[in-house]
Amino acid sequence: MKLGYGPAALAVGTMLVTGLFTGSALAVDLAIVSGAVGDDIKMLRSNLDRYEKETGNTVKIVEMPQSTTDQFGQYRLWLSAGNADIDVYRTDVIWAPQLANHLLDLTEAAKDVAGAHFPSIIESQTVDGKLVAIPMFTDAPALYYRKDLLEKYGAEPPKTWEELTATAQMVQDKEREAGNGDFHGFVFQGAAYEGLTCDALEWVKSHGGGQIVEADGTISINNPDAIKAINTAKSWIGTISPEGVLGYKEEDARGVWQTGSAAFMRNWPYAYSLSNSDDSAVKGKFDVAPLPSGGDGSAATLGGWNLAVSKYSKHPDEAIGLALFLASEESQKRRATELSRLPTIEALYDDPDVAAAQPIIPSWKEIFLNAVPRPSAPTKKDYNEVSKEFWTAVHDSLSGNGDTEANFKKLEAKLKRLKGSGWE
Amino acid sequence: MAASDTATAARSRRSNLKAERIRSSWIFLAPMLLVLAFVAGWPLLKTIWFGFTDASLDALSSADFIGFNNYLEWVDYGDGDGEWYGLLADPDWWQAVYNTVFFSLVSVFFETIFGTIVALVLHAEFKGRGFVRAAVLIPWAIPTIVSAKMWAWMMNDQFGILNDLFLHIGVISQPIAWTASADTAMIAVLIVDIWKTTPFMALLILAGLQMIPQDIYEAAKIDGINPVKVFFRVTLPLIKPALAVAVIFRALDALRVFDLIYVLTPNNSQTKTMSVFAQENLFQFDKFAYGSAASTLLFLVIGVITIVYLKIARVDLEGGR
Repeated sequence: MKLGYGPAALAVGTMLVTGLFTGSALAVDLAIVSGAVGDDIKMLRSNLDRYEKETGNTVKIVEMPQSTTDQFGQYRLWLSAGNADIDVYRTDVIWAPQLANHLLDLTEAAKDVAGAHFPSIIESQTVDGKLVAIPMFTDAPALYYRKDLLEKYGAEPPKTWEELTATAQMVQDKEREAGNGDFHGFVFQGAAYEGLTCDALEWVKSHGGGQIVEADGTISINNPDAIKAINTAKSWIGTISPEGVLGYKEEDARGVWQTGSAAFMRNWPYAYSLSNSDDSAVKGKFDVAPLPSGGDGSAATLGGWNLAVSKYSKHPDEAIGLALFLASEESQKRRATELSRLPTIEALYDDPDVAAAQPIIPSWKEIFLNAVPRPSAPTKKDYNEVSKEFWTAVHDSLSGNGDTEANFKKLEAKLKRLKGSGWE
Repeated sequence: MAASDTATAARSRRSNLKAERIRSSWIFLAPMLLVLAFVAGWPLLKTIWFGFTDASLDALSSADFIGFNNYLEWVDYGDGDGEWYGLLADPDWWQAVYNTVFFSLVSVFFETIFGTIVALVLHAEFKGRGFVRAAVLIPWAIPTIVSAKMWAWMMNDQFGILNDLFLHIGVISQPIAWTASADTAMIAVLIVDIWKTTPFMALLILAGLQMIPQDIYEAAKIDGINPVKVFFRVTLPLIKPALAVAVIFRALDALRVFDLIYVLTPNNSQTKTMSVFAQENLFQFDKFAYGSAASTLLFLVIGVITIVYLKIARVDLEGGR
């Protein structure tokens, strides 16, 4: 009788031992997919190296193009096909409602750390009570201006778009007279993609023209203030902005700015550290200010990137661990000090190391807290199409393909059709 | 009696042989047909089916049949007023159709002309002809994504070599934003496509040129016929079959153009083609069914244009002349 227990005990013992080992020592291979601007990938790699050293797991980066529009199409396709090759996705702040069905709920795993992040960002990534992504960094744009040139020509950083137009024109004229023929007043993101939605939303909102679709779902875009805002921007094309700005994304605008060929640039904070790098022609010659007002205050579009774990991952526990690692305070601090990426952990804004390395960050807390969200929450799964209709109407107006009044009337009709009896 | 017996036996032997041949040719063809049905036929049927449903990419299996609503649907607002919905009533779709057809007509037209010229040059005897023939093919050999990116840089308004060149020789006084501006976006796409596919046309036309027997030219020379007349009266009619096939290849390619435009001018309404429109609805928007319907129409449009072209150009696909 007694003998019978021997093998059973042995079996249980073995199970316990293997159980322990699979829990800790069996390394797995993970894959993370991420788009990038500037040095994002370099930073990701260096954070992943720390992760690999700590856990023994290996992580492969799958790189994507800079356009969030291109990334989204690919991610949606992979997720719909149940692709198990990618474990962690870097997701845009606007994607949560559209991808929620394919992502794991991180509420339980992040319950100890979620409280350290800004509640508004956690909320933006929560769909039907499910935390679908953990914030990595947030974004609110700045007006970059050439301190040296404004001083040289006796101008102040502009507070309104009118002042910006006049100052940019003046500096551009003076610089061109001085023989700098390729100099431009103002560069921004004018290509037909999600970035133009961000830029144009700022113009419209700061002129008091609403947020395209309001929080309660009403379509507000076709109004005189919004049209005035777009017409102001239209007046820049070919005067203070090169015509090519209609094809610029973040990195194209930064290319012109960082070679010293622009007086003003609208861009995200990542450009701050890069503009101060050693190979930059504007190092130490620039500063940042909030975006100008159009009569109804300054408006900054809320951006930001998050980490989501695919439902189809073969190693969900490790993948969640990786997402939390990359969103942790230490990872965010490195991202803040080296890349001037705005942290989502409130405490880091008071961190002396961050303030010393990137003075933009503490002063940007206020701006990001008042940032305007794109209408991804009210328009739900239709957001991408709403955004595309908006940027198409704006791009057409800026490039002279029909006037703004007609384009916005058409836009309103299209959005009404899309909405039907309600956004879903 | 005996003679007719032999004849019958011979005939049955022959028909046996023929049946045998037909059977074996089907056996040889079967793997290809199976693969084709699997990778082309099945997806095509699936796409057509999805075009008649309300499928979304997240819920493909729970798609319900909704008839022709993706194509055309009258939505009544309940107060006697209403509006037409669906692809056939979508101005964006018709803009995409126009863009595609315009792109195809212009690009194939110029490619045919340039291709013929290049083929005639390559057909002539000169030193280093082999090398030039290989070199001409380079644009065709470069993957479209790579050449589109390459041209995007050359056409960049600030750093692009094209603007630099034109500014220096004084053709333009200000840099042109090739891919960004509404007036030049389509031109930019056309330039890259013509640059890229002219070698392909040249190659097909060159093959046609080499089939022409030399003695016809000798006869024309003896008769003292002007070379221009020789080209239009002798060369052109003789390479017409090759030309017609080359044009159909290129036209089919041009009508479904996607990669070049997706990289060069992805979202400009002036260059959005039917394929880009379909991709956008399938994957970017929550409108998988609508995108499927667009793909089906794209298939039909290409089909109709091909059939009409084959009739007009009287191309014989059976293999005869």
